Amino acid sequence: MQKLKEWNASTVAQVIEFRGETTVVVPRQHLISAVEFLTGEPSLRFSFLSDLSGVDRFPLEPRFEVNYHLLSIEKRLRLRLKVKLSSADPVVHSVTGVWPTANWHEREVYDMFGVQFEGHPDLRRILMPDEWEGHPLRKDYPTEGYR
Amino acid sequence: MDKFDPATTPPPVAAAVEPAAAENKMVLNMGPQHPSTHGVLRVILELDGETVLKADPVIGYLHTGIEKSCEAKTYSQAITLTDRIDYLAPLSNNLGYCLAVEKLIGIEIPKRAQYIRVLLTELTRIASHLVWLGTHAIDLGAMSVFLYGFREREEIMKIFEYVSGQRMMTSYFRIGGLALEPPPGWLDRVKRVIDSLPGHIDEYEDLLTQNRIWIARTKGIGILSAEDAIAMGVSGPLLRASGVAYDVRKAFPYSSYDEFDFDIQTNTGGDCYARYLVRVAEIRESIKIVRQAMGKIPREGPFRAAVPGIIPPSREEMKTSIEGLIYHFKIFTEGFAPPVGEVYHVIESPRGELGVYVASDGSPKPYRVKFRTPSFVNLQSLPRLAVGRLIADVVACIGTTDIVLGEVDR
Repeated sequence: MQKLKEWNASTVAQVIEFRGETTVVVPRQHLISAVEFLTGEPSLRFSFLSDLSGVDRFPLEPRFEVNYHLLSIEKRLRLRLKVKLSSADPVVHSVTGVWPTANWHEREVYDMFGVQFEGHPDLRRILMPDEWEGHPLRKDYPTEGYR
Repeated sequence: MDKFDPATTPPPVAAAVEPAAAENKMVLNMGPQHPSTHGVLRVILELDGETVLKADPVIGYLHTGIEKSCEAKTYSQAITLTDRIDYLAPLSNNLGYCLAVEKLIGIEIPKRAQYIRVLLTELTRIASHLVWLGTHAIDLGAMSVFLYGFREREEIMKIFEYVSGQRMMTSYFRIGGLALEPPPGWLDRVKRVIDSLPGHIDEYEDLLTQNRIWIARTKGIGILSAEDAIAMGVSGPLLRASGVAYDVRKAFPYSSYDEFDFDIQTNTGGDCYARYLVRVAEIRESIKIVRQAMGKIPREGPFRAAVPGIIPPSREEMKTSIEGLIYHFKIFTEGFAPPVGEVYHVIESPRGELGVYVASDGSPKPYRVKFRTPSFVNLQSLPRLAVGRLIADVVACIGTTDIVLGEVDR
């Protein structure tokens, strides 16, 4: 995190420390450059994307959060990146170019939250049927489903 | 180099094959009802003869919305749902979720409960690997290993039933410790099973390790390099069979795993055979851990942390003190409210890196729960393993990734 700030302070919008975990909130236009720095920097090497998940903060704005859980196998480090997206424009650049494993994760977030990933090779639903309407993990989607 | 002369130089092989391949291309729908897909996995295969040109896994047939349901339950109630994610390793899921919530609240549980958790999750790992070995072997035509593997697994299931009252959906680990005091004499039962296991594993190895058919079906099949494995986010035995010595139990120890002496089993083969060797070696390592845990568990002591208002008081306290009764009532009717925040806790489940993300908004129900399930991520690498191989090898590749569809679809 310190390194990320030294490298380019504009990539770090906010830093949250909680229970020994570091969360870095990254503005969405800087996501790809920050991720490329974190994977390439020899003292960090976050080459493994452990998880990519979405959170819906409805009715707050910015409504959506996308969390990237990074892991450095060599250095035994974990880091969470967070991108906040407004409900009017829930689009973020895809990280499949950096980590191919993000492909299915991003499809799942799209399926469950309706967040669009720009540059994703194959963005379609993954868990729900193709013709499904709505995005089930949104907070305004009832737990029992629409009847 | 000679000058290119179209009259004498034969055309490149690929160019000669290409038009015919396009004509003969066939699309085959494998699953969702297919015995070797271990549930309801559907794979759309594009074939040229018997060679796989493209494989596209289609998932979601077992999607039950567990993450959404968790948001409508209190933190304690959600434990019962975690059993049902990976129904071959319910205790590992219980552990991952409980540790995440304990981290969120910020409590440490008694050592005795930690050791019991380690012992039971390692038994879960053995049981899960035995099911994998049996079903993988039956996919490839070795019937007897399946019967033997399930015989031993049943003994482990009996221990779970004795300890928690349930064979599969145990929900035995609770936030702050365990559900109940383990019954008297349970360690003797564990000892009986554990003492008989190494001999049985020798039997399986006698049947398979040098078996020529087994080697022909698995060696050199479904190769995954270390770089590919990391790029695809593959974890667990698959990653270790590709030569990466990464195990969450060693890298980020939880639940006192740093006090146990065991080795990370790796292999550089990266093929189905290497994964078989790694998993069998892991069963032996787990036996080592269970033996150590049996020696470490104190006979007496608390099995739950004492945190008033969050962890339920003991039965005795509940019946004899007014505070105990109030806390008991409040915890089971309203639940408890952790501080606002978010945590991500990772454990090594039998299939790999199981991550649990829990976000709290300060209410008694989790705001968001996300399970990073290893099967979901590992299955994504199936096209890389299977393309260019025969249909029969696809079966070997699916078997060797050890997917549980409940975990893939959640």
